[in-house]
Amino acid sequence: MRNSSCLVVALAALTCLPALAQKQITVVNFGGANANAQKKAFYEPYEKTGTRVVAVEYNGEQAKIKVMVDSKNVTWDAVEVESPDVARGCDEGLFEKLDWSKIGNKADFLPAAVTDCGVGVFVWSTVMAWDGDKLKAGPRTWADFWDTKKFPGKRGLRKGARYNLEFALMADGVKPADVYKVLATKEGADRAFRKLGELKGNIQWWEAGAQPPQFLVAGDVVMTTVFNGRIDAANREGKHLQIGWVGGIYDLDYWAIPKGDPNKDAALKFIAFASTADAQAEYARNIAYGPTNKHALAKLDAKTLANLPTSPANAKDALQMNLKFWADQGEDLEKRFASWATN
Amino acid sequence: MTAASAAAAPSAADPAGLRRALARAGRRRQWRAFALTLPLLLFLLLTFLVPIAALLKRAVENPEVARALPRTVVVLADWQHADVPRPEAFAAIVADLGALSDSADAGALARRLNTEKPGARSLIMGTYRALPLEGTSAATPAAQIRDRLLALDARWGETAYWEAIAKNGSRWTPDYLLTAVDLRRDAHGAIERVDPDQRVFGGILLRTFGISALVTLCSLVLGYPLAYWLSTLPPRRANVLMIVVLVPFWTSILVRVAAWIVLLQSEGLVNHALESLHLIDKPLALLFNRTGVVISMTHILLPFMILPLYSVMTGVPPSYLRAAVSLGSTPLAAFARVYVPQTYAGVGAGALLVFILSIGYYVTPALLGGPTDQMLSYYVAQYTNVDVNWGMACALGALLLAATLVLYAIYRRVTKTELSLG
Repeated sequence: MRNSSCLVVALAALTCLPALAQKQITVVNFGGANANAQKKAFYEPYEKTGTRVVAVEYNGEQAKIKVMVDSKNVTWDAVEVESPDVARGCDEGLFEKLDWSKIGNKADFLPAAVTDCGVGVFVWSTVMAWDGDKLKAGPRTWADFWDTKKFPGKRGLRKGARYNLEFALMADGVKPADVYKVLATKEGADRAFRKLGELKGNIQWWEAGAQPPQFLVAGDVVMTTVFNGRIDAANREGKHLQIGWVGGIYDLDYWAIPKGDPNKDAALKFIAFASTADAQAEYARNIAYGPTNKHALAKLDAKTLANLPTSPANAKDALQMNLKFWADQGEDLEKRFASWATN
Repeated sequence: MTAASAAAAPSAADPAGLRRALARAGRRRQWRAFALTLPLLLFLLLTFLVPIAALLKRAVENPEVARALPRTVVVLADWQHADVPRPEAFAAIVADLGALSDSADAGALARRLNTEKPGARSLIMGTYRALPLEGTSAATPAAQIRDRLLALDARWGETAYWEAIAKNGSRWTPDYLLTAVDLRRDAHGAIERVDPDQRVFGGILLRTFGISALVTLCSLVLGYPLAYWLSTLPPRRANVLMIVVLVPFWTSILVRVAAWIVLLQSEGLVNHALESLHLIDKPLALLFNRTGVVISMTHILLPFMILPLYSVMTGVPPSYLRAAVSLGSTPLAAFARVYVPQTYAGVGAGALLVFILSIGYYVTPALLGGPTDQMLSYYVAQYTNVDVNWGMACALGALLLAATLVLYAIYRRVTKTELSLG
């Protein structure tokens, strides 16, 4: 008897689900300080329009999206995706092609933010950082970052080939504009790995974005590469971490909709909302990542602007991540990196 | 049927009929027993054998090129690899790519070829997007199509990309399995070692075996005396203590790993205790390195060593040891020469169990180890979740499976017994 009543309840719940799904959407983000800023800038204001936002965190594993799409059981509606994955996923049919007329005027956005399957959410940068309380005169260039005589101590680097090879080449004297040209050749890749090898004994690897500020504060490393927004978040808690913008590599994160999403229209509406100048400006006030909607910049004060990777002073000596290069060479270089790192 | 059996009613005068009836009854009993185990067999088939078969199939499956480029594969069949293929190959690839209805097929093709030759991704996708070539049709001469394709992307003039296509024309490939052991096929199909800077899995496999062997050894050193002590106690007390051994065994593995993080961190209980005893001046690094992984894995796997040892030891008559001592042996020599050899079966079973379970460990090294302590399963997860290269993930899984089977075969060879778990 108890069993059968359970069954009735379960069946009722199942039949109710589609009705509920109309009024809520599932938004997937990368968690941490970034998720908090999204909650304040995107989710909470959007819920006032009558749609509940269920926030889910992930670490960018595309396998989860692939399984959903392949089994035709898509439960994620708007997903934050890194640029290489959005391009690859678009080619391989993981994401819906977007109807830009429902999102906004393409001309309002940075050119890089407009793609077939993805809408730029924000611009972020991988930069060098150090603790201003412990190191008065910090590194000025990547060559300084590599200089273990002048700055003894460990360096935090993100585990993987991406960014580190670019930084190594810049430390070896390659001009930012030539980095990808050099890296594309066998000799250039050898040179980058050789330069990375000079630091090998002094590297502390990090994987999650929250780790490098912790390393700096705990004194585990003297300097580190880091996502610029995480430094901003730590400084809001009273730390004095410094960023060196020279030779930083900036990139965008995108909204994408998994292919076959039954809730696609609602997801598009949410993405359109999150791409408005107001929502984008509010996001930038909560974490120091640059808006992709150009009109958002006018709504920000000078202090906020000075911390964004998109501000002219910070972007002057920065480098844009070369998507095509990493789409082609990524697999090979990552495997070589794995071999280099384990031996 | 019933009439027939009634007619052949057994009687002492008809031994053949009796034999038949007996055999029939025996068969019926067998069928009934089989029917009773059928649910279990079906369950095993569905949850164990079918997934393993699917995994092995995935490790050798290679459908992308054959599906997307059927015409090109045919044209390239007689290609000599020396120079750029004949113009018909260019016409065929244009026709093949143009005929793909779903861009996802082109994406899958680009991904597959890019693992073979970096750069193929942009070449394939760029060409796919540029199709159809303006001013060409099916009737355009092949040479003209070739020139148009070369003008579109000069990389079509490099043999490496064509080699990648020609090599993967078949629906099945040994490439993933070869990569899993740091080998590759060259353009002509000969097997060779990969370049030193691309060799990864050999080292990781060795590391996996190394960590597993160390964990097995630690479990044996800790488990043997404990099992011996338990076996000498009266059954009632032994049972109580056995529950103490089994409590961690019944606790979730994540809980135990989290507990070890609390204990082993530099501000943790272990370091505090050692410091307050003045045994060390500054905290030992016990976490995020090999030490933490081995400590935690030993703890988790210890019951798998103790249980088979205990069951073997309780079967060893204590009188043998007493006899040896009364015949003049020292207690230690008697233990080593009389008692220990009788427990070899338990040592073998326990060591094999612990070792086989160890080589598949993922969670513990991922949470307690550093980058140089990750075992093969970590790379299975990496290829599954991050790279979405499931062929490679399955090949590494197959490698683990093969290692397990080989170990089991060696065990049977050496001990000449079935695995006995008491």
